[in-house]
Amino acid sequence: MLYSEIVMDHFRNPRNVGEIENPDGVGEVGNAKCGDIMKIYLRIEDDVIIDVRFKTFGCASAIASSSMATEMIKGKSVREAAELTNKAVAQALDGLPPVKMHCSVLAEEAITKALNDYLGKKGRPLLPERNQNQLAHDHGNR
Amino acid sequence: MNGKVYMDYAATTFVRPEVVLAMIPYHSISFENPSSLYSYSDGNRRAIEEAREAVADLIGASSEEIFFTGGGSEADNWALKGLAFSRAGKDKRHLITTETEHHAVLHSMEFLERMGFRVTYLPVDSEGFVSIDKLKEAIRDDTLLVSVAFANNEIGTIQDIEAIVEVCRDRGVLFHTDAVQAAAHVPIDVKSMGIDMLSMAAHKFYGPKGVGALYVKKGIRLENLIHGGGQERSRRAGTENVASIVGMGKAASLASEEMEFDSLEICKLRDRLIDGVMSIIPHARLNGPVGNRRLPNNANFSFVGIEGETLLLDLDDAGIAASTGSACASASLDPSHVLMAIGLSHEMAHGSVRLTLGRSSSDDDVSRVLEVLPSIVERRRAMSPLWDDYMARREVL
Repeated sequence: MLYSEIVMDHFRNPRNVGEIENPDGVGEVGNAKCGDIMKIYLRIEDDVIIDVRFKTFGCASAIASSSMATEMIKGKSVREAAELTNKAVAQALDGLPPVKMHCSVLAEEAITKALNDYLGKKGRPLLPERNQNQLAHDHGNR
Repeated sequence: MNGKVYMDYAATTFVRPEVVLAMIPYHSISFENPSSLYSYSDGNRRAIEEAREAVADLIGASSEEIFFTGGGSEADNWALKGLAFSRAGKDKRHLITTETEHHAVLHSMEFLERMGFRVTYLPVDSEGFVSIDKLKEAIRDDTLLVSVAFANNEIGTIQDIEAIVEVCRDRGVLFHTDAVQAAAHVPIDVKSMGIDMLSMAAHKFYGPKGVGALYVKKGIRLENLIHGGGQERSRRAGTENVASIVGMGKAASLASEEMEFDSLEICKLRDRLIDGVMSIIPHARLNGPVGNRRLPNNANFSFVGIEGETLLLDLDDAGIAASTGSACASASLDPSHVLMAIGLSHEMAHGSVRLTLGRSSSDDDVSRVLEVLPSIVERRRAMSPLWDDYMARREVL
């Protein structure tokens, strides 16, 4: 099997699937050309993520990365969530095949974007985001 | 099949028990090198020639026009490179193929381009058919060869080979066909069809893996690719894979006897599968043609909103082995070149699944797929932002 048991568990039983109505932050990354689209919804109270949901079009690795990333930021402060890296997501999944590492990057990206949506609405400084074109370029060439 | 539903016969078939039995003696009792001079080897040599005749009979060729290879890819490589190299330095340095060929053909063509040859890649229509008019337009004075697969490995499109050959013949161009998916599944007669070269592989019709054959019409000269001893009438070196060659011969002779009946039965299952999926699952797309212009065993679908690897793994969890043209199932991440060539959007090309049937497929197998696939599709669509967007667009329209 290409994937670890943890990846397969999160693929088969993804956590936090769905949407949040009137979310405090929402972020969508990826494109159909590359075969992955992730959308993250955040409910934030007192700068703490009290709920997080996702919808993902993509392979098992993309679904598992979304699921694991949402688990990792749930209950965390905005500042703590902003520190989540794709490497931490991949590590928590017991590793991803090299060709699938971009899925964990997408998860980090989607969360950053959702957090920035929240921060922007509050008029606070935004987090640095990866260049989407660069990401798509990397994706297509792996 | 141990309770499993195997629907990936286009990738490989199982080896029929009759074929295994035919092969066994050549692993142990008759193990001698067929090139040895002592009389013990006579049986091996005879077995190879009998297999050659059986393979020739399957496609209406003469046995001296059949050369055994290490598989279908080698046969394709030899036909294209062997012919091109035999004409190196001459005035014919242009080849024509299609955008939907197997990589054994496409990558050979790309290699030949690096060697200074020119290649035209013909587009296909929405069902995967080559346009005869575009073929006519593409042929030039320096065109050496046209290579078009008899049937496509992903979407099952069976080309109008006679019409293609007629164009080639009129313009004095040789014609090769990759018949790896078609041989032993649909009738082929190289003589009446006018085919100059044809590739085939045993493991696609219940023979062993690692053995194939190239038909080369008498009089066509190919440069050798594999140099060494004088095997295969000095055209393909290497000690013969006797047991596998015998297995290919046995599989070919069984196919000659049973192909018509098998294909009819498999067609019925295929049509039940296609009709079932298209009627039960909304917004599904059948990729490739319908009816008898499609391989009897091939069904290929795209489902809006879902990525193919997801479908593949969910089907695997349900005990169903299938295949996908989705990018994420391979190292390249590019979606299937075949699905893109027939005009699918990236999202539809990513969301494809190929289900291919065979001799052991049953009504129960089809029922099982029809039972589990709708809920898999529904569940994965429910978690797909692409599906939400698709439905929102439809509402707007």
